[in-house]
Parts: sequence; structure tokens; C-alpha cells
Amino acid sequence: MKHMRTPLGRVRGLGSAKTGTEDFWHQRLTAMANIPLVIAGVVIVISLVGRNHAAAAQILGSPLIAILMLLFIISVTYHMRIGMQVIIEDYVHEETSKIALIVLNTFYTIAVALVSAFAILKLSFGV
Amino acid sequence: MANAKTPPELTRPLSPHLQIYRPMLTMVMSIFHRITGGALYVGTLMLAWWLLAIASGPNAYATFQMVAGSFIGRLVLLGYTWALLHHMLGGLRHLVWDTGRGFGPAEREWMARATLFGSITLTLLLWLFVYLVSGGLR
Repeated sequence: MKHMRTPLGRVRGLGSAKTGTEDFWHQRLTAMANIPLVIAGVVIVISLVGRNHAAAAQILGSPLIAILMLLFIISVTYHMRIGMQVIIEDYVHEETSKIALIVLNTFYTIAVALVSAFAILKLSFGV
Repeated sequence: MANAKTPPELTRPLSPHLQIYRPMLTMVMSIFHRITGGALYVGTLMLAWWLLAIASGPNAYATFQMVAGSFIGRLVLLGYTWALLHHMLGGLRHLVWDTGRGFGPAEREWMARATLFGSITLTLLLWLFVYLVSGGLR
């Protein structure tokens, strides 16, 4: 026995955690952002279909298109991270595997975001 | 708490799960929402590759176009398009539900039908447009 207090006694008076709903809210926030950004992204991708490399690079690197694509990538990958974490938490109950998968999920989504953002910025800055 | 160490005499019966229910449209759509989300999670790699290929130069772009333009590549892109539109329309439904509306039997049924009909129709229209206007994937 590390302590002499009941579980209720230990939490009484501490109040709620006051946090813990960020993922829920951010999932909806990015969902709302995704709607116009996905529409913009689809239009951009379709307008680039069938163009040669030089044209595609020039269009993607133009400021408005690059900014829209960056917003799209940031919002979508953030949404992806939360969504996959919910799936992992629903189906993986073994604690070590669950935490390992959640870590990998974070690494994967950040990597996808960074690769895409780097490519867009490189095209935009014309290096 | 499936990971908690419970003595055998204290194990409780499990609540009824998927296999016990007759499949319903709203239930199938809920499953599709998760599956399309998972598919998009992986499919976004293709988008990252596309951007990286354009940034890397004409050779990398040619490789991407070869893979994306192949039969399997087109099939994956068609699936990605549908998954994206389906997940977006399904997400709209969830946003409506978040406001506390759309839970009635008739409403949730027509919203489910509209999501499925809308995602398939929009996917076909987009691909028709791409093939008619810009001559398809090259």
C-alpha cells in the first residue's frame, strides 16, 4: 500500500482535467478546412493532368497554387494523424503495440507532410 | 479494458458486435467512412510522391507518370478519387450530426443514400471530364 486514501478521496476536489477534447475538436476543425481545400486540390491536380514537367512545375510553384497546396497538405495530414490514432486506439488493446503504432502514425504523417511541403516550397522558390 | 488482467471468475459477457446485426445502409456507410479514411491515409503517399517527382525534375516526373498512367496506377487513382469524395461527403454528414441535426430515421437514410450516390456520380463525372477535356492521363 503506497497510500492510505481511497481512489475517490484522491481525485476529490481536483476538478476535471480541463483538457482532453483537443483531438475531437481538431478533427472537426481540419474536417471543415478540408472541404474547400480538397476541392481546390482536386481542381489543381486535374488542371495539371497531361501537362509536361516544365508546365506542371511552373503552375505548382506559382504563389496562390503553392499556398493552397501547402494548406491542403497541412490540414489533411493533421486530420490523417488524428483519424488513424482513433482507429489504432479502437483495435489495438495491447499497450506496447498501441503506443508503438501511435508513435509510428505520428512519424508517418509528419514525414508525408514534410516531403510534400518541401517539394512545393522548392518549386515555389525555384531552387 | 481488454488489456487489464481480470481473474477468470470475473470475466463479463461481451456486448453484441457486428456479426449479430443485419447489415443496414447507415451501418455499412459508417464502416465505409473508416475504410475510405484508412485508404486515403496510405494513398496520400501517391500525392507526396507526385509533388516530390515534380520538384525533383523531368526524369523523376516521367517515372511517376509511367507508374500512375499504368493500368494499376489508374485503378489506384480512380479508387483514391472515390475514397476522397466519399470520405468528404460522409464527413459532411458527420458535421451535420455534430450540430445535433439529422438523426431521424428518414434523414439519416437519405443522407446515407445521397453520400453514396454523390460520391459515385462525382467520381465518374471527374474522370469523364479528365478524359474528355485533357485527353486523360499521359
